[in-house]
Amino acid sequence: MNNLNVKFGLRNMFLDGVRPVSELVQHVNTNGSNAYIDALGLKHKELNDLLRETALKGVTSITVQNVFGQRYIGTRLYLPNLAKKMEIKIAPNPGNDLGAFLNGHRLIVYGNAQDGAGNTMDDGEIIIHGRAGDIVAMSMRGGKIFIRDNVGYRAAIHMKEYTGKVPALVIGGTAQDFFGEYMAGGRVILLGLNLSKNERHKAHYIGTGMHGGVIYLRGRVEEYQLGKEVGIRALDSHDWEIVGQYVSEFSSHFGFDPAEILQEKFQKLLPVSTRPYGKIYAY
Amino acid sequence: MLMKKNYRSERHVPAKDIEACGLFGVMNIRGQKFGALMAIEAIKNIKVRGNGLGGGFAVYGLYPDYKDYYALHIMFQNKDIKAKEKTEDFLGEHFEIIFDEEIPTNPQVSLFCPPLVRRYFVAPKKGEAEQAIPDDEYVTSRVMYINTNIEDAYVFSSGKDMGVFKGVGFPEEIAAYFMLDGLYEGYIWTVHSRFPTNTPGWWGGAHPFSILDWTVVHNGEISSYGTNRRFLEMYDYYCTLHTDTEVMAYAVDLLMRRQGLPIEIVAKIFAPSMWDIIEHLPEKEKKLYTTLRMVYAPLLMNGPFTVIVAHHHEMFGLTDRIRLRPITAGAKDDLVFLSSEEAAIRYVCPDLDLVWTPQGGEPVVVRLNSEDHLKSLNKSI
Amino acid sequence: MYSYLLPEFAIERNEERCIRCRVCERQCATDVHYYDAEPDKMFFHEEACVGCQRCAVFCPTNALFIRPHPAEYRPNSSWNREKLQDLKKQAETGGVILTGSGNDKPYRIYWDHLVLNASQVTNPSIDPLREPMELKTFLGRKPNTLEIEFNELNGSEVKIKSELYPNVSITTPIVFSAMSYGAISYQAYKSLAMAAKKFGTLFNTGEGGLPLNMRKEYGSSAIVQCASGRFGVDPEYLNAACAIEIKIGQGAKPGIGGHLPGEKVSENIAVTRMIPQGTDALSPAPQHDIYSIEDLSMLIYALKEATNYEKPVSVKIAAVHNVAAIASGIVRAGADIVAIDGLRGGTGAAPKAIRDNVGIPLELALAAVDKRLREEGIRNKCSILAAGGIRCSADVMKAIALGADAVYIGTAALVAMGCTLCQKCYTGKCTWGICTQDPYLSKRLNPEITSQRLANLLRGWSHEIKEMLGGMGINAIESLRGNREHLRGVELAEWELDVLGVKGAGE
Repeated sequence: MNNLNVKFGLRNMFLDGVRPVSELVQHVNTNGSNAYIDALGLKHKELNDLLRETALKGVTSITVQNVFGQRYIGTRLYLPNLAKKMEIKIAPNPGNDLGAFLNGHRLIVYGNAQDGAGNTMDDGEIIIHGRAGDIVAMSMRGGKIFIRDNVGYRAAIHMKEYTGKVPALVIGGTAQDFFGEYMAGGRVILLGLNLSKNERHKAHYIGTGMHGGVIYLRGRVEEYQLGKEVGIRALDSHDWEIVGQYVSEFSSHFGFDPAEILQEKFQKLLPVSTRPYGKIYAY
Repeated sequence: MLMKKNYRSERHVPAKDIEACGLFGVMNIRGQKFGALMAIEAIKNIKVRGNGLGGGFAVYGLYPDYKDYYALHIMFQNKDIKAKEKTEDFLGEHFEIIFDEEIPTNPQVSLFCPPLVRRYFVAPKKGEAEQAIPDDEYVTSRVMYINTNIEDAYVFSSGKDMGVFKGVGFPEEIAAYFMLDGLYEGYIWTVHSRFPTNTPGWWGGAHPFSILDWTVVHNGEISSYGTNRRFLEMYDYYCTLHTDTEVMAYAVDLLMRRQGLPIEIVAKIFAPSMWDIIEHLPEKEKKLYTTLRMVYAPLLMNGPFTVIVAHHHEMFGLTDRIRLRPITAGAKDDLVFLSSEEAAIRYVCPDLDLVWTPQGGEPVVVRLNSEDHLKSLNKSI
Repeated sequence: MYSYLLPEFAIERNEERCIRCRVCERQCATDVHYYDAEPDKMFFHEEACVGCQRCAVFCPTNALFIRPHPAEYRPNSSWNREKLQDLKKQAETGGVILTGSGNDKPYRIYWDHLVLNASQVTNPSIDPLREPMELKTFLGRKPNTLEIEFNELNGSEVKIKSELYPNVSITTPIVFSAMSYGAISYQAYKSLAMAAKKFGTLFNTGEGGLPLNMRKEYGSSAIVQCASGRFGVDPEYLNAACAIEIKIGQGAKPGIGGHLPGEKVSENIAVTRMIPQGTDALSPAPQHDIYSIEDLSMLIYALKEATNYEKPVSVKIAAVHNVAAIASGIVRAGADIVAIDGLRGGTGAAPKAIRDNVGIPLELALAAVDKRLREEGIRNKCSILAAGGIRCSADVMKAIALGADAVYIGTAALVAMGCTLCQKCYTGKCTWGICTQDPYLSKRLNPEITSQRLANLLRGWSHEIKEMLGGMGINAIESLRGNREHLRGVELAEWELDVLGVKGAGE
């Protein structure tokens, strides 16, 4: 349609115009082991360059303000030789893939997170004083995520665990559809604290394809909201111990009363089989 | 549309473009007008959702001085003067041209092969036999004639008191080129940042897509495109641009403008509930949803999509039924926002009153002088 | 066992040659052969035979003959034997018919309709035995231009000012394709790693992780996959590799995921994949953080972030109808390598309906992608890896002439290890010790020996490639890349030549 002999070529929306760290020093204010970063106007890579640079200087606690959608916060901090894991406080609105592949650090968000928080997270902690978007904790394999409010579609999808490394996701509000889909391990606690009395959880297709791990669900849910690969069980004393521990941790982050939360009925959702699709083939 | 292009066989119909994108829309529900800045800054915030191969804006309440006339934004590819002459001859024959001018651009901004873009404010000039044809139909068919028959001419938009500005580049570059910030005000702004996988270079291929005052910005890929397109052809919509968005725009036109269905119903046609869910609805709703699926099955938009559709007095956002593409809604006083990412809204309005994410297939409908958008809030999280 | 099925293979034992050594009995993984002491005779259950030929090869007296079973239904070119047998299996189980290896249906194999060129008179051919012949290839994104600081007075002081993208160099344009630990045995997996390292090329971990004990030694020869199941993906795994591949699709099963059955998830596999022992390893059909091209971009940059922008990122897709447009989008999304897996790509397990019916041939896909990227002026922004049905060095040459930078070989490597394409990979009873987790079977492979066989294959092919290049008068592989002047089509229709961008022979 364009008859001119001109090729558009390629424009790199991530990397074009990224400034070197030396030009961004005015965004960072370091004070001993603490640092403050003003993220206003920083591109995704620029902010993460600064975080890595600051971490390598021995800073262990960073406050990042004016975050509007910058992605991958924490992802570039795979630094096995770091003596101490970092704590990063973020406000108000980190972008997608917050803490993707996170390697043991602690991220605290004062505000809402977006899609992909804790994507394939390896270890560490993400605490969100707000809500989060879709596919929270996707393929998460270790560490803990606490979210005060709601989460979007497909939270905890394909979370997994192995030998002692058990990820946990605690959600204060409710979730949208396909919650816990394909779960292969880990513990998910959905508290529904913002639902009114007798209001059902919103999600449909809860735990479809689930073949490992456990979901503890507080509040009402109808049988037809569940995927056919999960069954409802009552909590035993071991379960209560787990739930109690995470609920008190959750409450201490966000200022709730754990006793009040634990008064309500909980149900346990377990996969019916560790091999949900073992019988669908003709060999 | 309304203009069939003959191919030797369907084998020779060009393959459709595949693309994905970033979207943003903002509306003042009291009709107060505001400048381009919010739309520009918001879409810049989600720059990585596009790849610089297309950006565009739709603005409502744009031309108060000419609000009774159809405002045609027409581009002439390669600044083709012959196409301009042909188009103007055609316009002169079918319309009274009240006023026309080149749309001012900033010569400092260099973009990829910019076309000549002009605007014409026109009123239909109908012949004896055409008196019974409604104005909208008359305009639509003339616009489609230009698009399909005059080489190098393409109509960006053709509604009253609104207009589309679009082109090849990142949206903020398009905005700078047309000097949107400063020159124009409107009460609805929608904007699109494009990430196509097709050969770039054509300004008409950018979003928003528009017929009359309807505009669509779209993110995703409609896997049912072939089914939808063939169904729409029965109603004389011929897809000439071969994009998913075009199908969506025509389906909206058919169901909402021509058949008069409200978006609340249309949403259940494009993104119907699963049969599993329908089965558990109260009897009346079950019957409605079942009938809708039965009758309008060919208009199920299958595959990932988010759209923001606007026309005068209304803007709505909708995702596919399993929400494979994101949308976030926000509100602050009289402003209601729709966006691919929450951060884009917060960046331009840090102290939002409300922010919510609708269920898949649940429309967020923003209407002038109403609080209809809050209805989706209750069903959302 | 199924009730109404004809056996697939007929077994003939020459009783005069048979010495009752019982090797066949020990070698068979499906218990076909058995010995009865009373008559001192070997017997067999024919219906269990998969035709792997292990017993025939190992029989010291060549007493065994395994052939496709001669019993036939009434000949019918529509309702053939395979269709009938599948119907009966499904009637009995209600299941999805599984199969292994690549598509075996008679779709046109374009390699066999393309011929290569050689120099005669006007241009001398080169003898690779005496003269240098270079196959070294770089995989990764290249900049459009270089900014170089150059001081004429002192030529040694040259400085490249442009920022370069990470590239990986390989000594021959042949890379082992993704085969995961779990799908294949540890011994087979390790053999690939050892051979790649020995030869200076790469192997691909597939989506089953990279065992901890192999990271230090073989990480620099590994392309690690990040697939929909995210098995074994942690930052250490990503950083151990020389390149990362996002697996979107596989030629044998475009659009669907995979299930590694729980019984194959042994302790070591569980640790490598980081899942509990004995649970199914389910790979969802899509990556759930990628529903769109801008989501792909998000994951590409997430991986670059996780590896400090030090590794090229590849995106592997199955060749499907819109492959050219998709590849363009992938490059624009930031990928450094695009891997295209064609219709005949192999698999450890796939529904037969998918394997045999979904996707397009590699040759057409490859040519279309190369052309499209050139048209858009972005071909140098990525390397292209072509996969799916590369059987010999000539196929490699043809793929490179159609625009590939290098090829992936999977099935060819398996055959080098012993595979006979019996297509029963999904049963886990591979007598050759490749596609199995049964220690009794997998120990049949000795990585020391098997890796040597693989290295031999690479050496043989590389040498043949040099011979063919020399014949064309070319002494560096890069001069063949996309060079369709050295290809001609035979017996191809107009549209096929158009798609391939190749002239007919004699034209």
